[in-house]
Amino acid sequence: MTVETTQQVPLVEMRDIRVAFGGVHAVDGVSIDLYPGEVVALVGGNGAGKTTLIKTLSGAHRADSGQIKVNGERVSITTPRDAKALGVETLYQTLALADNVDAPANMFLGRELMTRWGTLDDTAMEDATRKVMGRLNPVFENFKSPVNSLSGGQRQSVAIARAVHFNARILIMDEPSAALGPAETAEVAKLIMQLKEEGIGIFLISHDIHDVFDQADRIAVMLQGKLVGIVKKDDVTMDDVLAMIIIGKLPGEVTESELEDLRG
Amino acid sequence: MADATEIIEADEKIEGDEKKGARRSFGAMLRATEIDTHFVGMVAALLVIWVGFHIMSGGTFLTARNLWNLSVQTSAVAIMATGMVLIIVSRNIDLSVGSMLATVGMAMALLQAEILPKWLGYDHWATWIIALILGMLLGAAIGGLQGFVVAYVGVPSFIVTLGGLLVWRGVAWWEASGRTIAPMDATFQLLGGLPRGRIGGVPSWIVGIVASVAFVAMLIVGRRRRLKYGFRLRPRWAEIVLGVFGCGAVLGAVAVINRYYMPENLARQFAEDHGIAWPEGGLHISLGIASPVLIAIGVGLALTFIATRVRFGRYVYAIGGNPEAAELAGINTRWTIVKSFALMGVLVALAAAVQVARLNAAVSGLGDGTELYVIAAAVIGGTSLLGGSGTISGAVLGALVMQSLQSGMVLMGVDAPIQQIVVGVVLVVAVAIDSIYRRRSTT
Repeated sequence: MTVETTQQVPLVEMRDIRVAFGGVHAVDGVSIDLYPGEVVALVGGNGAGKTTLIKTLSGAHRADSGQIKVNGERVSITTPRDAKALGVETLYQTLALADNVDAPANMFLGRELMTRWGTLDDTAMEDATRKVMGRLNPVFENFKSPVNSLSGGQRQSVAIARAVHFNARILIMDEPSAALGPAETAEVAKLIMQLKEEGIGIFLISHDIHDVFDQADRIAVMLQGKLVGIVKKDDVTMDDVLAMIIIGKLPGEVTESELEDLRG
Repeated sequence: MADATEIIEADEKIEGDEKKGARRSFGAMLRATEIDTHFVGMVAALLVIWVGFHIMSGGTFLTARNLWNLSVQTSAVAIMATGMVLIIVSRNIDLSVGSMLATVGMAMALLQAEILPKWLGYDHWATWIIALILGMLLGAAIGGLQGFVVAYVGVPSFIVTLGGLLVWRGVAWWEASGRTIAPMDATFQLLGGLPRGRIGGVPSWIVGIVASVAFVAMLIVGRRRRLKYGFRLRPRWAEIVLGVFGCGAVLGAVAVINRYYMPENLARQFAEDHGIAWPEGGLHISLGIASPVLIAIGVGLALTFIATRVRFGRYVYAIGGNPEAAELAGINTRWTIVKSFALMGVLVALAAAVQVARLNAAVSGLGDGTELYVIAAAVIGGTSLLGGSGTISGAVLGALVMQSLQSGMVLMGVDAPIQQIVVGVVLVVAVAIDSIYRRRSTT
């Protein structure tokens, strides 16, 4: 499954991205890339800067410096709208749903289907939502109720449907399984494999090291705003990655005693 | 864990619904029609208030004359309450509408009484329309300015419009140094509904019939669209019940309004002017729907359309539900807020036109305290101050409920301070009942 990373043009290249809040460097000179059909996991402790880094790609937060290339072309992403126009879709950890409106309204929020009179085409939006949901979550039925009346899993599937419906080329998934039970988590894993085969590049932020090893091709580790390193999954063990997350050292740099400490 | 309990609760609710459905209870039938239960509750409350006052006032409340007056008096607050719904839904508030009404009303009065006559002469045909349009532009500008400070500078709307409450009251005084400006342009006066601003009996019937046909057409088109996509339809009987009730309400209202005839002295004059012999038993000339009521109905329909059928309305609700999600979805949330305040300003200008035309004068104290009635109408109508939910039709009904209480108490000769106490208590009780009901329906 490992993608040959040297020949293709990367889908995304982020170079030397910096974001500071006040005096704190949340993201400090991080460079990372993503190829078509590849899953790159972003891991690190709380406050490592993963979400902030990814927000500069999804348009939710502006980078202070650094550059982003999509398909080899330099782009400027300042709003979520810019990102979506470039085919970057994001599944947020908070789901980012408007709780008071129904599933079709959420799915098309900001990209509503219109009738030829310039009014909202709710029937067409409901129809499209029913079709997407038919694939993702066939038991889903609440197309008319506000999403705050749905269960966690159902809300998640609305958010996923929104991320995959608009022909994303780059998908950012921030803790996609955080709110889910085991069965739904397996569904998400299946979905990731399916999207990968369609040639979509995926950034996966996760705390679950097992998920990461199941799904990712490469693993990027961040610590205190800096990139510790990017490793191919097949080249490392879970202990190697844990050492990178906790003490910030690459495999080979870690001493035996440090490893002992980690194992407790 | 939270999710698991939610799912269980949802399942229990579905089971409960099925049980009720088997009994085919009134509640289940109501759900089949897909009418908002809050709306039905408000209509019921309104009927109770009306019948109650009718009995207590010795049969003077439910008369054509009183209901006609009620409809006119409700108009200005109803016009503004529709805009207030969108403001509150987006998690904002506008406390400045009463003062803005004075500023804009005074400006329109000055335009037609002092400024425009210099160029056009008195009672020029274009005076009223120029005054009205400039007034609406001024309203949009004031509202837009407040919205800009809220959205782009980041000052809470409570503070911005509290400032506006003081500023625009002061500006209203300053515009004419506190003078009373009168009289208004003859055509402009028609906007107030008095003395000639009524459309007459036959046109009122036409309005009623057109509205009924449009309502039925809406039901049919909606059903066709759902059929085309193979969605679940309302049961046929529910569509028919909706159609009958809708048309019945519209035509019934027109019938009542048209029972209000021209007072005898005016009718005699009319008969003389038109060379009609004064018939035995008097001449019954229907006055028809008053222009403020027509404006309010038009505004109500327009705002319902905006709230439910166009992007702007959808965005206002989305922002109210989750501002961050709206932003992440690529919505220009700030500009949406500016637009909602500007729209509020335009509606305030329309209400100001109605008030000034009705008084046939503008004073700097115009609309004093109206903001509270406008907010109360929206809230009684089911708009949540937490944002995210509220309906235009509810707000119009809310305005009608409040005005009914006030006119009812006036009819019964209740003292003004007690009227205020009653309206205040009703506001709190209405919201209390609503929040208890909502809590029950979500658990």
